[in-house]
Order: sequence, then structure tokens, then C-alpha cells
Amino acid sequence: MPVSRTLARLVKQAVLVAVTCLALFPIYVMISAAFKSQDDFLRDPWGLPLEPTLNGFRTALNDQFPTWFANSAVLTTSSVAATLMLASLAGWGFARWDFRGRDTLLGVLVSLMVVPPVVLLVPLFVFGVEIGWISTFRLVILIYVGLMLPFSIYLLTNFFRTIPRSLIEAAIVDGASSWSVFRRIVLPLSAAPLLTLAVVNLLWVWNELLIALVFLQDDSKRTLMVGLTGFQSRYNLDVPVIMSGLTLATLPILAFYLFGQRFFVRGLVTGAVKGE
Amino acid sequence: MNAADEAVVTGRPTRRRLRLGRAEPLIWIAPALAVVLFVFGYSMVELVRRSLEYQGEWTGLDNFRITVEDPVFQIALGHNARLLLAVPVLVLLSLLISVLLFEGLRGWRFHRWAVFLPYVLPIPVVGVIFGQLLQLNGVLNRALRAVGLDALALDWLGQPRWALWTLTAVIVWKELGFGVILFLARLLAVPAEIFEAARTDGARFFQLHRRITVPQLAGVIAFYVVVESITMVSWVFNYVYVMTNGQGGPADSTQVTELYIYQNAFQFGSPEIAAAAATILFCTTLVLIALFFRVQRRVGLGAGE
Repeated sequence: MPVSRTLARLVKQAVLVAVTCLALFPIYVMISAAFKSQDDFLRDPWGLPLEPTLNGFRTALNDQFPTWFANSAVLTTSSVAATLMLASLAGWGFARWDFRGRDTLLGVLVSLMVVPPVVLLVPLFVFGVEIGWISTFRLVILIYVGLMLPFSIYLLTNFFRTIPRSLIEAAIVDGASSWSVFRRIVLPLSAAPLLTLAVVNLLWVWNELLIALVFLQDDSKRTLMVGLTGFQSRYNLDVPVIMSGLTLATLPILAFYLFGQRFFVRGLVTGAVKGE
Repeated sequence: MNAADEAVVTGRPTRRRLRLGRAEPLIWIAPALAVVLFVFGYSMVELVRRSLEYQGEWTGLDNFRITVEDPVFQIALGHNARLLLAVPVLVLLSLLISVLLFEGLRGWRFHRWAVFLPYVLPIPVVGVIFGQLLQLNGVLNRALRAVGLDALALDWLGQPRWALWTLTAVIVWKELGFGVILFLARLLAVPAEIFEAARTDGARFFQLHRRITVPQLAGVIAFYVVVESITMVSWVFNYVYVMTNGQGGPADSTQVTELYIYQNAFQFGSPEIAAAAATILFCTTLVLIALFFRVQRRVGLGAGE
């Protein structure tokens, strides 16, 4: 029955194309609208920008946009760097030594992955007010690091366990200290999982809204996601300006995704496919 | 053999090292542990304490009673429960799409790329885009009117009857890619012979996938169901906040537990109610996790390699 098989193939292909269009359409509208003038957009919201203009981008950039962007960049890079550092130390502690209570401790850490951040909000905010750390980056970084650590430690511990014992023992016989084993053997072997983890965590912090909203109330400390949310109501009538802002905010992610898709996929799938 | 003997035998001087013994792993773990203990441990203890007090005075379970009896809280919980309806939809759609991608149709890599893209976009960005698309005179309704379907051009986010369903659809749009990628990764790990054997037995599309694919995927499906259930119950704040301007409106029609906590804590000045609601929310996620571990034990190690 080659005819029915060809037909089935066509139907399947059509379903996939439809799904892809649905997935891309909103993103297409965002990017195309960013290059239109308000009149163009109202006349033809889904067509290509036939007379592309950068006015939307100009308005967005003249707003507080650059500040928000810089704030997001600082927060993201510093909290992810701190997370990777602490998580790889702890991961090595868990993977290298067998000590009493290790598996319980790891189990508790893993289960913390599902605690919704909103649950921690009230106590942390009160704490922040008491020591005067509201609208400071250090408190937000501390919270972000804490929230990212459980998954990061879990992933790295699993990876470190695959490093052959013999390699470590040989180095110790050669007189290497614990620290130099970690620096010279473990870390260089772990470039791939560290990179994966960096990508997943960067994505998470960059996209985070709730904590940034609550803890960074000062205008000069706002992050991109918080700023954009307010952007919407401020430019409610000027869709191209809103869309320009969104496009700029998404740009780093899109660029990352275009070049490093496999890191995204690997990182987001690892936790699941490995089980537990 | 002590250090001096060792030096004699190996002919190499051993550096005298600090003997950390059994405490050594703790030193590696301590910095991370301190941060985790502060962010989670301290907060949880404080949360429970606050939920049992009013302005510093012990009030037992009064806050919980007030919260549970608050009609807005009940509405919020009900909405979270309704959002759970999206989970089976997500599973079915992810299954369908991952199977189609697995068949290796033309351009499947591109399709995979496109389907996963929404999942990596920031929720605030997604929320604002859809907020614009779904306005009464937005892109979607103009398209509907252009093809003569005026009756379908609803005020998607402006009418209490439809707002939550619209929100659900947006969440499905965003979360779908995760399921697809997850299932596809698992499918690609299934030995090809299993599919070959079934095919030579003459199994057709639906038969094949019902008999082979779904059982093979049982573990990942269970995982995805739990992750998405937790999302629907406790991680939808961003969608609601952005798409309803932080109100959960119109008229509480998109109110959810997280927003209820946020509003009580930071807008209505009743942190004790927020603490009680947060404790309830936390216990709900614990129940979901417990369920997950039971399901996983029954299904066996389907998710592992």
C-alpha cells in the first residue's frame, strides 16, 4: 500500500509544519513588529515590515532599558559563577568521600529542587528588611545561589562519580593534595557538565521575575524582566516599542540557543532522563 | 607505615599534610550547605513560625483558619486545580509530537529546534507577547475576523469566563517543548531492534506506539506529569502577574495561590496570612512529590538508563 503510506507521511509532515508554525508565530510577530512603525503595525500586524524602522528600538534604548540590561547581566553572571564554584566543591565532597548521612543529605538536597520560591519569599523579605539589604544585589545573589544549588550539586555529584577512581589514586600516590587533585584532574575533566550547568542556570536567572520584583524595588536596581513588565503598561498604545524591548531582552537567549542548542537540551533533560 | 618510612621506600620526601580525616568531606560541602541552610532551612522554620503568630503573638492555627475560609483563597486553589487539566493535554501533545519527530520526517531537526524554542523564552516576554496578540483588537481576533469567524473573536483575557482558559493555553504553548524534548531523548535511547521487531510483526502506527512507545516512556512520562503538576500548582505566578498586570483579574478570574501569597504579603500587609497560605502550598507540593515516588516505584526504573 505505497499510496496510503505516502498519504500518512504527508499528514504527519503537515502536522509537524503546523506545530512549528504555532510555536514560531508569536516570536515572528514580536520580531517583525519591532521593526514596524505604529501605523504599519495597526494596518498589517502579521505582515513583514516592508519599511523597516529602528524607531521602536531607539525609544526602548532611550528609556531605562540599558540600566535594566546591565543589572540583569551583573546579577546573572555573578550568581551563576558563585553557584558553579560552590556546587563543584560540594559535588566533589559528595562524590569523593563516603561518610555517614551522605545519601540522606543528598536526598534532602534533591527534594529541595521542587520547593516553590514563593514559599520562601516572606521570611527572606523580613530578613532583608531587618538587615537593610532590600534593593541590594548581594541578597538577591545569595537567594539565587541558594535556589540553584540543589540541582547543580545533584548534577555535578552524578558526573564526578563517573571519574575513574584509579586516576585519583594515582595522583595521590604521586603526592598530590586533595586540592590539587580537584584543580588539576576533576575540574578539567568536567568542562562539559559545567558548561551545561552554566547555560541552564544563566537561562533561569535571566528569566526570573518574582524574586527580582520583590527584592529589587529601587528604580536603579530593576532587572530586565521586571522592567519589561512595567514597560507594557507604559507604552500600552505603542506596540512596536514594546516589541522592540522584548526583542532586545530575548536576543541574548536567542543567540545562545542558536549556537548552543545541545547544551540547553542536555542540561534540561539530564535531570529527568537520569531518573530520581 | 608512617610518613618517614614511606619517604625511605619511595625515595621521595612526603610533604607533611594537615590530617583532616573524617571531617574532610564536610569542609568541601560546608560553603554550599551554609547557603542552602540559610535560603531553605532558615526560611522554612521562620515561615512556619510566622504562620502561627499574629504580630508576634502565638495564635495557634487561627491564620490557617482565616486563610482557608477566605473565599479568594478558595478561588485561587480552585484555579490551580483547574490548571492541572493542562497536564494530560501536555502529555498527549508531547507524545504525538515526539513520536512524529522520532520518525525522522524531512526537516525533523528544524522542527525540534522550533518546538523547543518557546520553552527557553522568558515567561515575562511570552506573557507580554500573548497579552498583545490576544487583545480584543489584537492580532488573533483580526485574523479570525478576516476569515469571517467574527463569532470566535472573543475578549480572550478580558472576560472572566475565558481568561483562565486563555492562560492555560499560553502555559501549554510554553511548556510543551520540554515534554517533547524529554520524550524524544528517551525514544532515541530505546534500542532500535524493539521497534524493528514490532514493525516486521506488522504493527501499524497507533498499535506500535501504544504497545511499544508508551510503555518504554512510562518513567519519563511519570516524571513529566509530576514536574508539570508542580508547575501548575506552584510556578504560574509569572504568567498571571504579567498577563493580568499583577491583578489576577478580571474579577479574580485568574487568581492563583502564588499571587494570593504575593498580594497578601506585599500589597495588603498581612504577612501572617501569606505565611499560612505558603505553608499550605508547600505541603501540597510535598504531597505531589510523595505521589511521584510511589508512582515511580510502581512503574519501576523506567526513567533510568
